[in-house]
Amino acid sequence: MPRGVLPWNDPIVTPDFLLALAQAVTKGLLTGMVYGLMALGLSVIFGVMRVVNFAHGEMMIVGMYLAWAGFEYFQISPLVSLPLIALLFFAIGYVLQRGLISPFIGRPEHQQFLLLLGVALILVNLCLAVVGPDSHGVQLDSQFDSYEIGPLVLDAVRLHAAVGAIVIAGLLWLFFTHTRIGKSIRAAADNHMGALVVGLNVRRLYAITFGVGAACVGAAGALMITIIPVTPSLAAEYTLLAFVIVIVGGLGSMTGALMGGLLIGVSEAVAGLLADPSLKSMFSFGLLILVLLLRPQGLFGKRGA
Amino acid sequence: MTAFRRLLTGVAPHTSWMLGILLLLLVVAPHLVDKYALSVLILILYFAYVGQAWNIMMGFAGELSLGHALYAGLGGYVAAGLFMHYGIGPWAGSFAAAAAAALAGAVVGYLGFRFSLAGVYFALLTIAFGEFTRIAFDHLDWFGGSAGLFLKVDVAPNAFDLRGGPLLFYYVILALAASAFVLSRLLLESRLGRYWLAIREDAEAAQAVGVPVLRYKLMAVTISAALTSLAGVWNAFYYNNLFPETAFGIGRSIEITLAPIIGGLGTLFGPVVGAVVLTGLGEAFTSVGDMLGIPGIKQIFYGLALLVIVMYRPAGLWPWLAERLGVTERRR
Repeated sequence: MPRGVLPWNDPIVTPDFLLALAQAVTKGLLTGMVYGLMALGLSVIFGVMRVVNFAHGEMMIVGMYLAWAGFEYFQISPLVSLPLIALLFFAIGYVLQRGLISPFIGRPEHQQFLLLLGVALILVNLCLAVVGPDSHGVQLDSQFDSYEIGPLVLDAVRLHAAVGAIVIAGLLWLFFTHTRIGKSIRAAADNHMGALVVGLNVRRLYAITFGVGAACVGAAGALMITIIPVTPSLAAEYTLLAFVIVIVGGLGSMTGALMGGLLIGVSEAVAGLLADPSLKSMFSFGLLILVLLLRPQGLFGKRGA
Repeated sequence: MTAFRRLLTGVAPHTSWMLGILLLLLVVAPHLVDKYALSVLILILYFAYVGQAWNIMMGFAGELSLGHALYAGLGGYVAAGLFMHYGIGPWAGSFAAAAAAALAGAVVGYLGFRFSLAGVYFALLTIAFGEFTRIAFDHLDWFGGSAGLFLKVDVAPNAFDLRGGPLLFYYVILALAASAFVLSRLLLESRLGRYWLAIREDAEAAQAVGVPVLRYKLMAVTISAALTSLAGVWNAFYYNNLFPETAFGIGRSIEITLAPIIGGLGTLFGPVVGAVVLTGLGEAFTSVGDMLGIPGIKQIFYGLALLVIVMYRPAGLWPWLAERLGVTERRR
């Protein structure tokens, strides 16, 4: 099945085509899990603090670069360096929130936007200054391995990345539902004043939240580098992509972010198969417009959330 | 005449004199400075102009648009397309460009306001429309697709078709920037402007006292979009090429918003001061970057400058500067 050939040009939809479609959908689902994890970070930060992280894609590529550097210079697999990167991102996110973003909570959107735009510019250009504009990827030993399920062939790296994303999302869910801090964060998100009244240290909770959001995107970066090589120009693309995913899924909803990731991952892969690959994001943005207008709480969000 | 009187009411005589002298200086400036300084002045005036246009929507009516590249890009593409395919000059083409952008603005605005999207959600809607259009233009062959649209440069200079050197473009953008400044002042002093401020401060209260909020918000978007499209036309003819990637890109949208935010939202001088500061910083950082020879260093400084300004002068530089200079232009 060559790319760019529309199925309706053929007299019948052939079994070959169906297989290719199923293959694309699986590939999209696997990539979509990583997208979902990336978007989860954005969603957590917005859901709790109402701060829109315009530097999200930039943080993502920093994570990708770190994982790449670990592999290139120390031969550490991104899957191994992932916890370290997540930890580092947590610390950076914590400090960033404490030192920079905290005063801007509750301020007009354009001020938050300008602040995080500044952060984004610095991050992406630091990458450019240190590593340069060329694309860098990692060649894992499992690069060409695959698993076969019936007629379907799954890339090993993609599957591992997706499983990693699911595990991390699961850990995050446990954190928010079963730990004291996680529950406090949700309380502070639901009722800021109430949280202050019962004596929660909201400033600290916010810093932890930003740290957790940053850790998510850092981990997503470490997973993504196993699938796609990184260039600085990916940053803006990922910021927009993360926005599309969380809005489509529902800002502030964890399930929404993951489902949104899957949806966008599949739509990209299928668009790449059926039509011109460059049209793939057109579909995403079209979907974004429709969701914004018709269901602004997102496909999986609750009204008023 | 009444418009002229309204323009000057409440302006201190010495302020009018200063503005007159500034305009005079800008008129003679190209004959006093070298080629490089002229190109910097052109950039400043361009950003002052688009900033002023964007400010009408965000500064006056309070609607955050992060997709103004849509209007600039449409303007540029419409005028350049008409010129390339039918030989229609940019002066006439500007009307078509402004109409197309105003229509696009009305559609985006109507959808956004009708479905009551506010703040970030509205901003994301404007981004989505911009990006959607960008990808669409990648596939529109009439406009050159992703390979770009190139204007003929091997023609005799003639102001009628906006073909000429930097001097021509300097005076055109100076005229645009000055007109936008005057127009903004007139709008602010008009009933329409007062309605905008009321809507910006409290849309519900404005609605309650009988201001047709939707209609006036739509007017803000269409006027802002139409003005922005003219900057797009100017841009297309100044640089002689158009690519969907840059013309509709999110980067273009963002750079349009910077001067008014940095300078001071909702003020008349904000976009101008912001344009001077940002262009000045940009040029300074470019030369530092060239000296150091590290890619991206310019943008790192630029990002740091944005951080410092928004942290210490979140309301913009102009209100603070005006106070220092003893001039009063309160944020309206």
